[in-house]
Amino acid sequence: MGISTMRGLLMAGCLALFLAGCASNEPEEAAPEMSPADEAPELVPEPMPPKAPPKAMVNADGKLVLPKGSPHADGNAMMDEVLQGVFYFDFDQAIVKRTGHAELNKHAKVLGDDRMLRVRLEGHADERGTREYNLALGERRANAIRAYLVAQGVAASRIEVISYGEEKPASPGHNESAWAMNRRVEIVYR
Amino acid sequence: MRCSDILVVIVAIGLGLASVHVRGELTIEVTKGMDNAVRVAVVPFEWRGVGSPEEDVSGIVTSDLRLSGRFDTLPRSQMLSLPSEAQDVLYRDWRLLRVEYLVIGYLQTLADGRVKLHYELFNVLEQSRILAEAITGGPDELRDMGHHVSDVVFEKLTGIEGAFSTRIMYVTASGPFGEKVYRLNTADADGHRVRTILVSREPIVSPTWAPDGNRVAYVSFEDDSRPSIYIQDIAAGTRQVLQRFSGLNGAPAFSPDGRQLALVLSKSGSPDIWIYHLETHRLRQVTRHYGIDTEPSWSADGKSIVFTSDRGGKPQIYTIRLSDLFIERLTFEGDYNARAKVLADGSGIVMVHQRDDVYHIGLLDLRRGRMTILTETSLDESPSIAPNGSMLIYATQKDEQGILAAVSIDGGVKFNLPSSSGDVREPSWSPKKYKVFVSVPD
Repeated sequence: MGISTMRGLLMAGCLALFLAGCASNEPEEAAPEMSPADEAPELVPEPMPPKAPPKAMVNADGKLVLPKGSPHADGNAMMDEVLQGVFYFDFDQAIVKRTGHAELNKHAKVLGDDRMLRVRLEGHADERGTREYNLALGERRANAIRAYLVAQGVAASRIEVISYGEEKPASPGHNESAWAMNRRVEIVYR
Repeated sequence: MRCSDILVVIVAIGLGLASVHVRGELTIEVTKGMDNAVRVAVVPFEWRGVGSPEEDVSGIVTSDLRLSGRFDTLPRSQMLSLPSEAQDVLYRDWRLLRVEYLVIGYLQTLADGRVKLHYELFNVLEQSRILAEAITGGPDELRDMGHHVSDVVFEKLTGIEGAFSTRIMYVTASGPFGEKVYRLNTADADGHRVRTILVSREPIVSPTWAPDGNRVAYVSFEDDSRPSIYIQDIAAGTRQVLQRFSGLNGAPAFSPDGRQLALVLSKSGSPDIWIYHLETHRLRQVTRHYGIDTEPSWSADGKSIVFTSDRGGKPQIYTIRLSDLFIERLTFEGDYNARAKVLADGSGIVMVHQRDDVYHIGLLDLRRGRMTILTETSLDESPSIAPNGSMLIYATQKDEQGILAAVSIDGGVKFNLPSSSGDVREPSWSPKKYKVFVSVPD
C-alpha cells in the first residue's frame, strides 16, 4: 500500500509540475526583448498544444481514480470516478461474472493506455473449507480475472497474482452475506 | 528442467526468534467423557524437599487423567487418608469411595539439587500394586515429570500410549478486524506453557512439525505480503526460508524420515504437489494436473502421499504412490473432502468432510470404506492426529470465535481448548514426546 501511495503522489506531482510549466511559460513569451530600432513585432500567438486529457491516478488504497474529463470516465461525470476493482464469485467457483465485464473492460482500457500502471490481483475465498484449498481457490479466481484482462489486450507481465485464501476477509461475519463479500478478487494498482 | 539448483535455501536468518513465555494459555473443557469412566484417585504427592515445590505434580497428573475424558478423578477433599508409600495404603478407605485405581507418590530433593519422584499405582479391588517407578529431573522439570506419570498410568490402565508429554502448535489472530496480529505458538498438550515462536502482522498458515519434534515448517506472508515456506528450529530460534516461486508456496509436510518436504507450488500454472529434498535441495514435481492439488500428507512408511484435488470437479482425497506416481481416489461420499491425514497404522484417514452444508471432521475407514463423522461442531478444519493415534485436534468456531477442540478417534471423548486471546486455529500435534524420563533404581 505504501508503494502505491507513493506512486500516486508521484504521478500527481508530475501532473502538477507539467501544469505549472505551462503556466510559467506564458509571461516569458509575452515579454520579449524589444529592440528600439525595430518595430515592435506583431505577436503571433503560437498554437497551443492540444491539452492532454487528465490521466488516471492511483489513490492510497491502490484504487484507480479517473479524473473528471478522463476519456475512460463516465461521459458527463462531474466528479472524479474511483474504479472499485472488486469482483465477486460464487461458492467454490472461479467464473468471472457477466455483471463485472463492463468494469473490467474499463480497467483493461486504462491499462492499455497507460503502460506505467501495474496491477496486483488479490484472490480471496470465504472461510468455509480448508485454508490451503482456499488459497488455491483464491489464486484460481485471480487467474480468471487475469485471463479476462489479458484477453482484452493487457500484457500478462504487468499483472501480478497473489492469493490470500480465507486469511483476509472483507467482512468479519460467519454468514451467507459475509461469505458472499469475501469470495472476491481485488484489483490493486501499484 | 534442471531441478538441482532451483531451490536455494537461504540459511539461518537470526531474527531474534527466541521463545518467550506469554499469557493466554489454553484451558481444557471436557464436552464429552466416556460413559464408563474409570474412577481413580491421585493422592497429593508428599514433598520431602527444601522449601516448597514449584509445581503441584499430583495436581498435574489428576488434571491430565480427568481431561483425557476416560477417568473420573476423586477430589482431594473426599480422600480419607493421604498415603505416600505402599505400607500406608488402606484399601478399605478407597473401596468405600468406589475408587478403582490409586496413584500415590513422594518427591525428594537430592544432594545435587535434582528432584526424585517415586510413584506407585494400585488396583484397589484386587488389592495389588501394579506399577512402581522412580525418576529424577531438574527442579524446573516438575511439570514434565507429572506428564510422564500421566503417560505411564494412562497406558497401564487403557492400553493406549499416553500423549500428555507432547506439544501442540497453533496460530492465534488477535486485535481489531483488519489489524490482526498473528502469533505462532507452541504449548504443552494440556494448554500450559505457551511459547510464541513467531509474531507477524501478516497471516501465518499450515504450521507442521518435523518428525524430530525440534523443527517446524509453516507458511508466512510476512515478506511483502506474499507466501513463503519457512523451516524454524524452535530451540535454537534460527530459521531458513525456502526459495519463493511465483504463485502458491504452501502446505509443507515433512516426510516420516524428516529429509524431504512435500509442498504445493503453482509455478507450473496450477497448484501441484512437489517434493523438496532438504539435503540435496532437489525439487521434484509429483502431481501434474490443471486442477487444484494441495494439502499433501505422507503415509507412515513414506511411500505414498494423500492429497486434496478437485480434478473430479469437487475437492476429494486422492493418494499417489511415489514409486510410479499411480493415483487413486479415496473419498466418494459428499461434495467436499479436504486436508486429509493418514492414521499411523494406515487403516484410515481423517479429513474435513462437508455434510448438509456443515464442515465436520470425518474418519474414513479405508478397509471397510465407511465414513464416520467425529465432530458435531461446524466450520471444523485442520485435523491433526496425536502421536498415540487415539486423539485428534482440530480448529472450529464457538461463539463467533476460532477455538481448538479435540476428539478421540472412537468419538467417545471430546473437549474444547478455548483461549482468552483472540482466534485460535491451525493446530498441529507434535509427533513425539518432547521429554523422556528413564527409570532410576529406587
